[in-house]
Amino acid sequence: MSMELLISISVGVMTMAGVYLMLRARMFSILLGLTLLSYAVNVFVFASGRLRIGMPPIIGAQHTYADPLAQALVLTAIVISFAMTAFVVVLAIAAYTRLGHDRVQPDREELDR
Amino acid sequence: MLPVIVFLPWLAVPLFSLAARGPRSLAPWLAAMVDFVALAGLLTLAPSVFDGHTLTWGLSWVPQIGLTLSFRLDGLSFLFALLILTIGLLVVLYARYYLSDEPRLDRFFGLLMLFTGAMLGVVMSENLLLLFIFWELTSLSSFLLVGYWSHKPGARDGARIALAVTGSGGLALLAGIVLLGQVAGSYELTQVLAASARVHASPLYPVILVLVLLGAFTKSAQFPFHFWLPGAMAAPTPVSAYLHSATMVKAGIFLLARMYPVLAGSDLWFYALTGFGLVTLVFAAYQAMFRHDLKGLLAYSTVSHLGLITLLLGIGTPLSAVAALFHVINHATFKASLFMAAGIIDHECGTRDMRRINGLWRFMPYTGSLAMVAAAAMAGVPLVNGFLSKEMFFGEALALERGGGLQWILPIAAVMGGVFSVAYSLRFIHDVFFLDRPLQTPRTPHEPPRWMRIPVEILVAVCLLVGLFPGFSVQALLTVSAQAVLAGPPPEFSLKLWHGVNVPLIMSVIALTGGVLLYFLVQYGLDLHSHVQGRNLAKRAFDRSVLGIAAVTDALARRAYGGGMTSGVTLTILTALFVGLFPFFTSTTSTGTAQTHPSDPMALSVFALMCAASVGIMFAHRRRLAAVIVLSVVGLTVTLAFVYFSAPDLALTQLSVETVSILLLLLALHYLPQDAPPETAVDHTVRHFLLAGVVGGGVGWLTWAMLTRPFVSISDYFLSNSVPQGGGTNVVNVILVDFRAFDTYGEITVIAIAGLGVAAMLAALRLPRRRADESGRAWSRETSFLPLDLLARLLLPLALLVSMHLFIRGHNQPGGGFIAGLVAAVAIVLLYVGSGAKWSSARMKIDFGATAMSGLLVAAATGIGAILLGAPFLTSAYGYAHVPLIGKVPMASAMLFDLGVYLVVVGSTLLILTRLGLSGDAEEARQP
Repeated sequence: MSMELLISISVGVMTMAGVYLMLRARMFSILLGLTLLSYAVNVFVFASGRLRIGMPPIIGAQHTYADPLAQALVLTAIVISFAMTAFVVVLAIAAYTRLGHDRVQPDREELDR
Repeated sequence: MLPVIVFLPWLAVPLFSLAARGPRSLAPWLAAMVDFVALAGLLTLAPSVFDGHTLTWGLSWVPQIGLTLSFRLDGLSFLFALLILTIGLLVVLYARYYLSDEPRLDRFFGLLMLFTGAMLGVVMSENLLLLFIFWELTSLSSFLLVGYWSHKPGARDGARIALAVTGSGGLALLAGIVLLGQVAGSYELTQVLAASARVHASPLYPVILVLVLLGAFTKSAQFPFHFWLPGAMAAPTPVSAYLHSATMVKAGIFLLARMYPVLAGSDLWFYALTGFGLVTLVFAAYQAMFRHDLKGLLAYSTVSHLGLITLLLGIGTPLSAVAALFHVINHATFKASLFMAAGIIDHECGTRDMRRINGLWRFMPYTGSLAMVAAAAMAGVPLVNGFLSKEMFFGEALALERGGGLQWILPIAAVMGGVFSVAYSLRFIHDVFFLDRPLQTPRTPHEPPRWMRIPVEILVAVCLLVGLFPGFSVQALLTVSAQAVLAGPPPEFSLKLWHGVNVPLIMSVIALTGGVLLYFLVQYGLDLHSHVQGRNLAKRAFDRSVLGIAAVTDALARRAYGGGMTSGVTLTILTALFVGLFPFFTSTTSTGTAQTHPSDPMALSVFALMCAASVGIMFAHRRRLAAVIVLSVVGLTVTLAFVYFSAPDLALTQLSVETVSILLLLLALHYLPQDAPPETAVDHTVRHFLLAGVVGGGVGWLTWAMLTRPFVSISDYFLSNSVPQGGGTNVVNVILVDFRAFDTYGEITVIAIAGLGVAAMLAALRLPRRRADESGRAWSRETSFLPLDLLARLLLPLALLVSMHLFIRGHNQPGGGFIAGLVAAVAIVLLYVGSGAKWSSARMKIDFGATAMSGLLVAAATGIGAILLGAPFLTSAYGYAHVPLIGKVPMASAMLFDLGVYLVVVGSTLLILTRLGLSGDAEEARQP
């Protein structure tokens, strides 16, 4: 098993869990799924700069560096996904307070009505 | 001088919000001053324009697409700018009295200035793309003006339809302009106008022409797009007097005249303009007779006159172009004064319905006389200006040398149009001021205040002046503007009142007598007042298509999301899956042979932990507290991956975001149920699991394929230029605050907006204070936790010091604004958690929202500072400063930008967490 394979499987597993949770009918599960999915996306974008060990992109003694562009992209993505999650959290709380439940899918009876 | 004239009205717009605090007459005075100064500026340029010079001024804007900020002033621009500013000035004066009951005069006049600026931009643009921008701005600002009384459904409808029609025409115009610029090789009018031969020879010529005409015809309300103009009569009357007589609707005519040198001369131009112009002229004039609404009559009359001008431009002889411009002036003067008169009548009687206002002569003879002169001009009665341009039109209609059958149709149709226009002009006067039936007006009419009449008097005086002494008054202006339209030597013509008895005069006599007879026949013979207005077919077709589109999209949305959010998400995922799977089946090689790194037991165990945690959440997501804790495990393994694979900045960011995210989710659990019952049916769960498995497998495979393929990066540029250009060795930070600082600026804006959004939503929400969870277990009443309390207080100064350290070294070592900001936020939040939110917030005197906003301001100021120094937005500079004791310290202006980032991150994060944490308390405080 190479490191690359481990990372690939990790991204796959996090995506799977994220998608599954986003398909749940409760707002909180969707939040969990969203967070997992953003982990997966961040790692994917980071990996697009390829895996380098011991070569941080700090200009210094060594001659090769990890790709700084992918890292810069992911750095802001991490902070923005926090801000977005916070926004959705408050939406979820607002929905729960107004509706009295946090389902995103109407009940069977509600659909029939 | 040119940009000053164009931008003066816009520069004044912010002043109107200040004028709101001053006396009521401040706003109109300000507007009048602006119009007056701009007009004076324009007039100082008149001598060189009349000498035949084209003045230009330019500044590069977006050279990559050929967009320049360039203006021109030739005869045509001068004529239109003159109309815009003089009539604008009169309308401001008029509106001051017309809107005397209006509470927000500052808003009205501010909008009026917005429109004036846009309109000046249209007529004075040298660059076609710039012209388009101003063109759209006239549509937008007129939307706001027409819908000014937005509490009236009619005003909202009228504004919406006007925007939809002129806006879609604007899109066609944009396409036409882009094609034209491509063919001509430039968007600068000077070059485009000279490229006539190349444009005519291009196979794209018909497409360009049709697109440009769509823009012009929608704007100038040509049949079949005319229906928006009567609807726009819901606007306040000063707006109609301005937009619907002299400016907005003339923009289409202006465009035709502007494009005349490059697009005119072909058969397509001739037939399209004469055809649509002729139909519009006759049809709208006929319709105008049967309107009972004063402004409705004027609106249809305007449509008809616009048709006449289009027709004249279509005929394509030098003299017809002169006649078209002449009629532009004449129509603007008499129609503006008629709208103002209609407004006075409406203002004093309380209604505009001609079936209810009759015999007004007894009450307002003075206004009646003014209206009579203006209406005579509209009808084309001798001694007034409308007569002269109509004579020229009749002459041109007779002299037509092409078009086969049109040679016969045109003169006949011209006389018919004349007959109708005499009839509706007569109705305007006779029905309103005479026709002695009992008055049924809501108010007892009387003459308007002195100042409300002055603009009408001035306009009517111009009608008479031009009508009596045309050679003296407008000959020079017409010559120089026609010269610009024809792009050649000035045409030979002489404006005289009396040309002897000739065929055009006989046509005028027929039109006058025919019109008078027709009016009395319709009024008395057919009992005009009982006439029920027919439904407007074009408008109905428009309404239907709008409803149809709405129904289709509604049905689609119902299909996609009607079953709730899950079905929408499923649809999105399935679509992504379909699009993503496609390349798997078409490409032959998916994985490459790039060298991989061997793993080690440590990596394997972290990997196993991550997988176990992720899968664990899938099964434990209903036990929410546990799920959140397990989620943080996943986040920490991701952090470890960043550490291992040479990304110290990312690891630091992830670690601190992880902390605040978990806190956020825990806070959310305070308001949401802790445990959720199973909801989805079992078959759904299986289906969702399969879908998630396929998506996860696909993404994993994609990652593997990516990681094993050869790698070429554009990052070498950043690596080799980071030190020489950015002055920092931490390349990630230099990219964020220097190379791609503009992106970062956008991102911190998003973060700040999210923070404000959360605060705003929570402020609007009345969150109940929960004393117990769903299952009835009471929350602990302890607000602080002693060990953590002590630790947090001890740690706070140290953590803030670490944050400062991370910030200062960020340009060269792992750290920077994002990370330092998050660390500071974590330290302060720890205090909230340890010591209790109430205790902490009572001692924390900082407004976090203001902190975030000041961060944005600092970042923007850094960028603007670069502009002031002559460099593009956000260009950075760096150097070294010698600080006593510490020594040489690197200083980059990018660090100031990073400070902005820092403040936004600290402010927004704390704003979100503290507001969420304190919401219940605030509610409790509100209800003691």
